[in-house]
Amino acid sequence: MGFDQYHEPPEELPEETRTFARLCASLTEEAEAIGWYEQRLAVERDPEARAVMADAVGEEFKHFSMDLEFLLRRKPKWREIAQGVLFQDGDIVEHGEAAEAAAGDSDSTEDPSSQSPAFAGSLGIGSLKEGR
Amino acid sequence: MSHLLREHAPITQEGWKTIDEEARERMLPGLAGRRLVDFSGPRGWEHSATNLGRVEDVDVSPVKGLEANRRVVLPLVELRARFTVSREELRAGDRGAEDIDFDALDVAAQSIVEAENLAVFHSWPKGGIAGIGERSPHSAIKSGGGVEKYPEHVARAVELLLRKGIAGPYGLALGREEYTRVVESAEHGGYPLLDHLRKILEGPIVWAPGVKGAVVLSMRGGDFSFESGQDLSVGYESHDSDVVTLYLEESFSFRVLTPEAAVPISPLKS
Repeated sequence: MGFDQYHEPPEELPEETRTFARLCASLTEEAEAIGWYEQRLAVERDPEARAVMADAVGEEFKHFSMDLEFLLRRKPKWREIAQGVLFQDGDIVEHGEAAEAAAGDSDSTEDPSSQSPAFAGSLGIGSLKEGR
Repeated sequence: MSHLLREHAPITQEGWKTIDEEARERMLPGLAGRRLVDFSGPRGWEHSATNLGRVEDVDVSPVKGLEANRRVVLPLVELRARFTVSREELRAGDRGAEDIDFDALDVAAQSIVEAENLAVFHSWPKGGIAGIGERSPHSAIKSGGGVEKYPEHVARAVELLLRKGIAGPYGLALGREEYTRVVESAEHGGYPLLDHLRKILEGPIVWAPGVKGAVVLSMRGGDFSFESGQDLSVGYESHDSDVVTLYLEESFSFRVLTPEAAVPISPLKS
């Protein structure tokens, strides 16, 4: 079994970093799957097959979004920049540049408890509903 | 720097980790609301109110031809429970002790858990929170006949929800006394009461300290909304040469969007 998500010896990485790397790998896989379904749907003519694939890609959208939310919760600077870019009308590049500038020089590798208002010292309990 | 001022506490990184883990472990089992209702956030300490999408008239009679409205919002409430930790105990923890005295933290954790459950399942009038029990239009099902009648009470609650078009799965929040008596009981033939209730509900049964009696509610989503500002956190207040004073804190609002989606059951008679 390979451990391709690691670029440094896993035994030297803290547990939090290994978890972060797994979710990054998962995010990549979901994005790839979305791209694959997009291509398949573009060429498939059978309406029943298209319906099945359209349903499946919805799952990938959900998985991608959940992975992304997890990662953004762990990286305050990433979250801050994402908040300036995602779900905004207008020029994407402009929003990106502005959000990056606004996020400043904060070190995204720091413990989130020392940075993000939402997670400063948070015990990370959140929802306990099954299936969440 | 966060308002929790953790950086100012004379506590090592390992010490903070131990305190956070202890707080988390102590609160997780009892946070019944978070197991049954929709949770959104955390939106941060600065988040002060939940948008309700509603307005109220504002009198601008001195100026002719104007209409004015004021947005109606639901302010978040803050809960804070102080506790102390002995510095000697913290030093012991730094040396690797595994039996650190966190009694005061445990008491604070239980207070927060009970207060959160009270707000969600009953009400917190001064906090502006009308909880599930207060908003439900259904009369509480009388829990006469002892705990052996609980399947009948729960089934009646589920049938009432179905009749109102409220789909499942359904969850059951049990107060301390009710939980103990349900868990320790078996029906004729030794079948555990807990398993029977689970079959009726098709959803979880949760221990809900602070709840008086029990509440059956739909878990389909969209009926009950817990909005977190600052999620449960540990902050620093002060210290002297003997103890460090810390606190557990959270801010949240809670709204019942579909009052008829829950049915209370009155407390069991002891």
